[in-house]
Amino acid sequence: MTTSVLSTRNLTKQYGSGSARFDALTGVTIDIAEGESVAIVGKSGSGKSTLMHILALLDSPTSGELDVDGVAAAKLKGTRLNALRNRTFGFVFQQFFLTPNTTVLDNVMLPLKIAKIGTRERKRRALEALEQLELSDKAKAKTTELSGGQKQRVVIARALVNNPRIIFADEPTGNLDSATSAVVEDLLFRLNQEKGITLVIVTHDEELAARASRRIYLKDGCVVDGTEVAA
Amino acid sequence: MRAIDILKTAIGNSFRSRLRTSLTVIAIFIGAFTLTITNGLGAGINNYIDSQVASIGAPGVMNVTKPVEATDATDGPKPYETSSPSEVSSGTGQPGATVLALTDDDLTAIGAVEGVTSVDPRVAVRPDYIEYGDAGKFQLNVSPLSAGVQIELAAGATLDQNGNELQIVLPTTYIDTLGFESNEAAVGKTVTIGITNALREQTTVDATVVGVQEPTLLGASPSINNALTTALYDAQNVGIPTDSANQYAAATARFDPASTPAQITQLKARLVDAGYAGTTVADQIGTFQSVIDGIILVLNAFAVIALLAAGFGIINTLLMSVQERTREIGLMKAMGMSGGRIFALFSTEAVFIGFLGSAIGAGVAMLVGGVISRVLANGLLKDLAGLQILTFTPSAIITVLLLVMGIAFIAAVLPASRAARQSPIDSLRYE
Repeated sequence: MTTSVLSTRNLTKQYGSGSARFDALTGVTIDIAEGESVAIVGKSGSGKSTLMHILALLDSPTSGELDVDGVAAAKLKGTRLNALRNRTFGFVFQQFFLTPNTTVLDNVMLPLKIAKIGTRERKRRALEALEQLELSDKAKAKTTELSGGQKQRVVIARALVNNPRIIFADEPTGNLDSATSAVVEDLLFRLNQEKGITLVIVTHDEELAARASRRIYLKDGCVVDGTEVAA
Repeated sequence: MRAIDILKTAIGNSFRSRLRTSLTVIAIFIGAFTLTITNGLGAGINNYIDSQVASIGAPGVMNVTKPVEATDATDGPKPYETSSPSEVSSGTGQPGATVLALTDDDLTAIGAVEGVTSVDPRVAVRPDYIEYGDAGKFQLNVSPLSAGVQIELAAGATLDQNGNELQIVLPTTYIDTLGFESNEAAVGKTVTIGITNALREQTTVDATVVGVQEPTLLGASPSINNALTTALYDAQNVGIPTDSANQYAAATARFDPASTPAQITQLKARLVDAGYAGTTVADQIGTFQSVIDGIILVLNAFAVIALLAAGFGIINTLLMSVQERTREIGLMKAMGMSGGRIFALFSTEAVFIGFLGSAIGAGVAMLVGGVISRVLANGLLKDLAGLQILTFTPSAIITVLLLVMGIAFIAAVLPASRAARQSPIDSLRYE
């Protein structure tokens, strides 16, 4: 049976205090199993990005618990936390976050560099990842010379180069036209199906969400059922 | 991230915004260049003075005189004492300055002072002329060579102080004038020295030229050995009453050359208690050195101020760099890079910029200094043989490099720790 890689109990997140207090999450309890593709759907301000950031250990919840692989995230500190981020997670962002004025290859190698992997091995694996995304010919190109679709494919190559178990995608197609979006979506779901990488997609795009094996709808920081959001 | 990757990435990053890096490097360059030049100047002049000190007087030798007791302006003249010795020209200090002549009793008293190992009278010989062949007679001032003094020889050998041969070492400036063909040709030749005795009769003494010396900072006069000094002194004193003959302007007191400056100060204090004044060569020349050290210190202070300004340049450069790369930092953190490594990355970048600026600065300073030094040595400072006005020692260069890199690192602490503290999510949200 599939086991739960990410599970939360009653997560809350507040920003500010007093009259300026804003509750981004008000008690979220979810379970994400290994190999699932989950879409976190909601309008802007629904708390979906906040939830993803907490799941990816980029942010900490105000209260509630988060287990990653059965380990309480609150107990992860320093080296173990960094090792977990480095080996378990891959990120795909709407804004790409590629380092300008450096080559595609350098960008893809970054997670391996952080992981202290040797130069030759680093290059081999990065080229392999670029190959999978049909970007081998762009390895030496500067990131600024690429089109939006190419940039997002570089980002995906970077996300999967370290063989992560979970890929977090924050509005992965937000900046792309529909034809390119389709290519990127295909790529992400193929990784999920072929490699069994757990996929967590944050989106407000119903069409993209529909392709995920499961959808979690958020409204005002709460998990609601699908019909409510659509209404 | 491995250390080598941090280094490579930091170097790569510093070249990413070339203009900004170059401007900071120029600021550091100016400071490092100035510091290297001023240090070189200090080393060059002090080296020269050290070699001069060695040629003028050895450690462990002190010039002892008997100062005239000052009378208070309000007091009348002191009563005349038949026993009081006559005043003689001191030969050193201001022109016309006199000291009380030392008698044989004084020499015994000086020898008895604790710490003095031996004492010799400094006899003043006043020869009239020196002559070689038929090139004419020339005025002659000689200084007896004290024990342990080293002279910088251009040719020949140094004086034999114990032998009976009458020996003289001529400065290079005398060679042409006296009619020798070259420095080497002068060695071994015999010169004639004329001297007038108390009866106004002129007699001559023949001496052998054993060496040719480079002129020193304190002038260029020939040096003579003990045998020649005695011979000239005897020739000069013919006709002087014996009680008056044994009067000396100064005496040379020897003490343990390994004495510490504190011990030398104590020795001087004991001499003062006994009624004498002692000065070492280091005292005379040392004042030069302390003035030069003071000037170099001030120049170095300016250079360090320039470097401090450059340090703020580094802070500014890095702060902009951190700001510009906020999202990159966030991403690296999201990918599991620790705060410590981020700090290392940015501080390495600063240290690299510091290294670049100081290496170029020191390198250019050495090139420019070498050229200036050579031009001056053949031009303005031609008369000061052996003076290399800018001397660059490896240790001084390394000190400059380390100092600048240290300043760069300190400058990096604020921006780099700001980068290290950033939470990944805030950085990623940053627009």
